[in-house]
Amino acid sequence: MTRPVSLRRITGGASLGLLLLAGCAKPARNDLYVLLPSQDGHASGALTVESGSKQTTLDQPYEAARVKEPGNVEPGTVTLEQVQQAFGPALAAQPPRPVSFTLYFLENRDELTPESRPILTQAIAEISRYPAPEIVVIGHTDRVGALARNDALSLQRAGRMRDELVKAGVDPARIRVEGRGEREPLVPTADEVAEPRNRRVEINIR
Amino acid sequence: MRVALLSLAAAMLVLAGLAPAARAEEAGHVKVVKGTVQIERSGQKLPATVGAAVQSGDVVTTGADGSVGITFLDNSLLSAGPNSVLVIDRFAFDTTTHQGAFESSLQKGTLAVVSGKLSKASPDAMKVKTPAAVLGVRGTEFLVRTGDGKE
Repeated sequence: MTRPVSLRRITGGASLGLLLLAGCAKPARNDLYVLLPSQDGHASGALTVESGSKQTTLDQPYEAARVKEPGNVEPGTVTLEQVQQAFGPALAAQPPRPVSFTLYFLENRDELTPESRPILTQAIAEISRYPAPEIVVIGHTDRVGALARNDALSLQRAGRMRDELVKAGVDPARIRVEGRGEREPLVPTADEVAEPRNRRVEINIR
Repeated sequence: MRVALLSLAAAMLVLAGLAPAARAEEAGHVKVVKGTVQIERSGQKLPATVGAAVQSGDVVTTGADGSVGITFLDNSLLSAGPNSVLVIDRFAFDTTTHQGAFESSLQKGTLAVVSGKLSKASPDAMKVKTPAAVLGVRGTEFLVRTGDGKE
C-alpha cells in the first residue's frame, strides 16, 4: 500500500523541479513576428526570423513566426483581428508615409508649366498633414546648355518652389533646397537634347 | 600663392569630408507621441516631443499609456506601442547612394516597421533584433512583439 504513495511523491517532486528550472533558466517567451501586406501596392518583400540555429522566412501577408523559447521558431499565420489586438497602438502611432511630388518647368526658365500649377497646390495642402514636416526641394534641368548654367538653373527652380511654399505659410526652416543640374535626368538623353520631363523639381515631404 | 591655394583646397576637402560624418549622428525625428515617451541619450532622459531628433545610440521607452512614431532619414518608419524599449543601435545613410546601415533592437514591447530606402538599396542594410531573435528585412512592412511571456 505504501509504494504507490512514495512513487507519486517522487514524480510530483520531479515535475516541480522541472517547472522551477524552466522558470529560472529560460523564461518562456511571448514573441510574435508578422509580415504585413505592403501599402504602396508593391510585393511585400520578406522577413527572415532567426532564433538560435532555427530560421524561417515570411514572404506572404499575415504569415507569422512565434518564438516561445529561444531557438524554437514556429511558423504560422495571424488574422487581421489578432494583428489589431496585439499591435493596435503601435500601428496607430505610425507617422504619415513620406510622399514626393514632381513639378515640370518651361524650357530654360524657372516658370512652372500650366499643368503643374495644380500639383503645387496639392503639395502645399499635403504638407499640413505632416507633424514636424521635413521638406526637401530638388531642382533638375534637361541637358541643353552648359553644366554650370544648368546647376544654377536647377537651384533657381528649386528656390522658386521654396518661395511658393513659404508664401503659402510653410516655415522656411523646415525646407531644404538642392540643385542637381542636368546630372540626374529622369529620362536619360544625349547632351544638348531638349526633354521636357527632365525640367523638373521634386518636392519630398516626410 | 599656389601652395597656399592648394593647402586651402586641401583644408576645404577635409572639412567637406567631415561635414557628413558630423550630420550622420542624426537618424530621424519623432512625429507622433501619445502618453509617456522618453528618449535616453548618454545617461540623460529627455521627454520625446513631436519634432525631436533621434540619434544613433538613443534608447526610446514608452510608458503603459505611451506610443511613439519616428520617421528616419531614409524614410523608414518605426512606431512602438505601450511598455516598449527600442534601442537605435546604429544608423548611417548616404542620401546620394542610399547605402548605409540601420540596426535597432526591441528589448520589449511592440513595434511596427515600414522599411525605407536603405533596405531597398541593399537587402542586408536593415536589421531588427529582439532578446530572442534576429530579423532580416527585405524591403517590407512587419510587426514585432517581444516579451518574457509573463507580461
